[in-house]
Amino acid sequence: MKTKMLLAGVTAGVMFAGSVLASTLDDVRARGKLNCIINTGLAGFAAPDDKGNWTGFDVDFCKAVAAATLGDASKVNYTTATGKTRFTKLAAGEGEILSRNTTWTFSRDVDLSQTFIGVNYYDGQGFMVPKSLGVKSAKELDGASVCIQTGTTTELNLAEYFKGNNIKYNPVPIETNAEAQELYKAGRCDVYTTDASGLYATMMSFDNPSDHMVLPEIVSKEPLGPVVRHGDDQWADIVSWVLRAMMAAEEKGITSKNVKELAAKDNKDKEINRLLGKDPLQGLSKLGLSPDWAVNVISQVGNYQESFEKHLFPLTIKRGMNALYRDGGLHYIPPIK
Amino acid sequence: MSEKTYKPGNYPDLPPPPGTVGVYGWIRQNLFSSISNSLLTIISVVLLYYLIDGIIGWFFLDAVFDADSKIACRKIDDGACWAVITRRVGQFVYGFYPEAERWRIDITFLTMFIAFAPLLYPDIPKRKWLLYFSVFYPFFAFVLIMGGYFGLQKIEYSLFGGFMLTVILGVCGIVCSLPLGILLALGRQSNLTVVRTLSVCFIEFMRGVPLITLLFVASSMLNYFLPPGTNFSILVRVIIMFTFFSAAYIAEVIRGGIQAIPKGQYEAADALGMNYWQKTRFITLPQALKISIPGIVNTFIGLYKDTTLVVVIGLLDPLGIGRAALADTKWNGLSTETYLFVALFFFVSCFAMSRYSLWLENKLNTDKK
Repeated sequence: MKTKMLLAGVTAGVMFAGSVLASTLDDVRARGKLNCIINTGLAGFAAPDDKGNWTGFDVDFCKAVAAATLGDASKVNYTTATGKTRFTKLAAGEGEILSRNTTWTFSRDVDLSQTFIGVNYYDGQGFMVPKSLGVKSAKELDGASVCIQTGTTTELNLAEYFKGNNIKYNPVPIETNAEAQELYKAGRCDVYTTDASGLYATMMSFDNPSDHMVLPEIVSKEPLGPVVRHGDDQWADIVSWVLRAMMAAEEKGITSKNVKELAAKDNKDKEINRLLGKDPLQGLSKLGLSPDWAVNVISQVGNYQESFEKHLFPLTIKRGMNALYRDGGLHYIPPIK
Repeated sequence: MSEKTYKPGNYPDLPPPPGTVGVYGWIRQNLFSSISNSLLTIISVVLLYYLIDGIIGWFFLDAVFDADSKIACRKIDDGACWAVITRRVGQFVYGFYPEAERWRIDITFLTMFIAFAPLLYPDIPKRKWLLYFSVFYPFFAFVLIMGGYFGLQKIEYSLFGGFMLTVILGVCGIVCSLPLGILLALGRQSNLTVVRTLSVCFIEFMRGVPLITLLFVASSMLNYFLPPGTNFSILVRVIIMFTFFSAAYIAEVIRGGIQAIPKGQYEAADALGMNYWQKTRFITLPQALKISIPGIVNTFIGLYKDTTLVVVIGLLDPLGIGRAALADTKWNGLSTETYLFVALFFFVSCFAMSRYSLWLENKLNTDKK
């Protein structure tokens, strides 16, 4: 028992030692590179191109943080993680950011000692059907057979939604996403259900994507966002304000094309001036960032809209919930002042 | 016509009746010996024709070997879209290793054959000199691949991937696990209680735990026990786990070989006054290893294929690279082509290993010739 306690103490001590040694920002600056944990491959969010460069919506966020902290969006080391290893990799310090379509939940935030710094993509479980089925809404799916991955939250969501709306359905239990695609293609089930972004990616893998459609109903909440470790508030602030800066840039009409021009002149909208370093932004020095941090982010990576359109429009994903609040979406950005 | 007469016993063999020899005879005997067999033959030939026609058509004739995306592929022809492979062959082979530094991998890979030649083929000329190179090779390979010395650019392990990763994991695992396995097998047979108990515990623990669990331990648990900032790369951790895992299996295979040796052999060795190490070196191991070759190679092939499990801890082996390629919106949906290509690679390497083991068995099979 005594040795066990000792071991636990030493382990805890060693873990603590890491977090007090230096701030995350100092670590990143000293290394000259940001370590970013990303998906091993998810259409639209993270995938290597033919040249071996990682691209995608989640990858863009890694680049944005590198641009803000190091001034160069290309200074990122990408570490790939699966759904099972992502949190341990982050906790073990293999990366400073986990930017891997991670759903923000209570237990992940609290129990796993992590900090979710915001939502960069509102996802949710949806339904895909062949257009030939002639269905326009999930409420018309009475008696349909539904392909569903067993043992996931999607199974539970489906049961709750259909029961709540008094719809009968035949579940076709399957094990993996790939299996589901094959069954759906073979017509073994009328409906395939999983996260909407996954449905669009699946649809694009078909030979005739236009023969299928995603129904408008979204039956679960999957707010996806970047994650950092507990314990370094400065770093958490940096990461969260990089995300907000990208969204604020969209709101204010700052794009990668006009950012240099706007940064050079005195704008009527003082918020643009503060964001682009023309006017002082109270407290920026506490973050340890240079005044041109947002200019670097927007000029090298682009604003939220540019990143979204570049990576998710090819999958025929619409802005929907991910539009800014003024366009009817959910992204509401605190003022930059 | 005169009948020729022969002495009894000297009558020459008559040629077999026509229609029973040659191509025609073979066809008649094997394919058309009865009405039902003839029918089956015809049906099979027709089926085979359609099957082979379809396969060759899909694989080669209607296939597209270069295009910008899946959609571009489909515009050209409706067979396989190999463009996903040809456009990404560099990634499949080297992972994300920087393009300008890939020559280092090429050299390491080619010299690997030189290093292995004297170990695999005992009859090779100048074997002694080559053996020096074999001993020196691991250091050479390490420096060349990882860099950081002699002005070579240091390469992050997270850039490793593709076939290169499989070969590194497989070769390191195989090379390290054989000696460890032999030691464990000997340890398990030892008269010293401590050595025996430790060996038994190690073997039983490693065999009792699924490899995937060990990989998770390597990727997650070890980090908690090491001080943060220790640069103990995941690659090394995974290699260690692979080595331990397959060493346990090798140990049991070799123990089987050791137990197959007749007791008289040991007694004869004792009678000659040999000590333990002499006995092991000259009597036990040469015979035991020879018997165990098929089992050892079997374990190695298993280990080699198990390297694909690293996908679950986020390392991108060929399978992972393939999946990542499928996540690219340009190539989304070409899973058949990708998986077939990866399967081909594994088949070629495993088949080569199995052929070598067959050759070695025949060469060492001296007592039964």
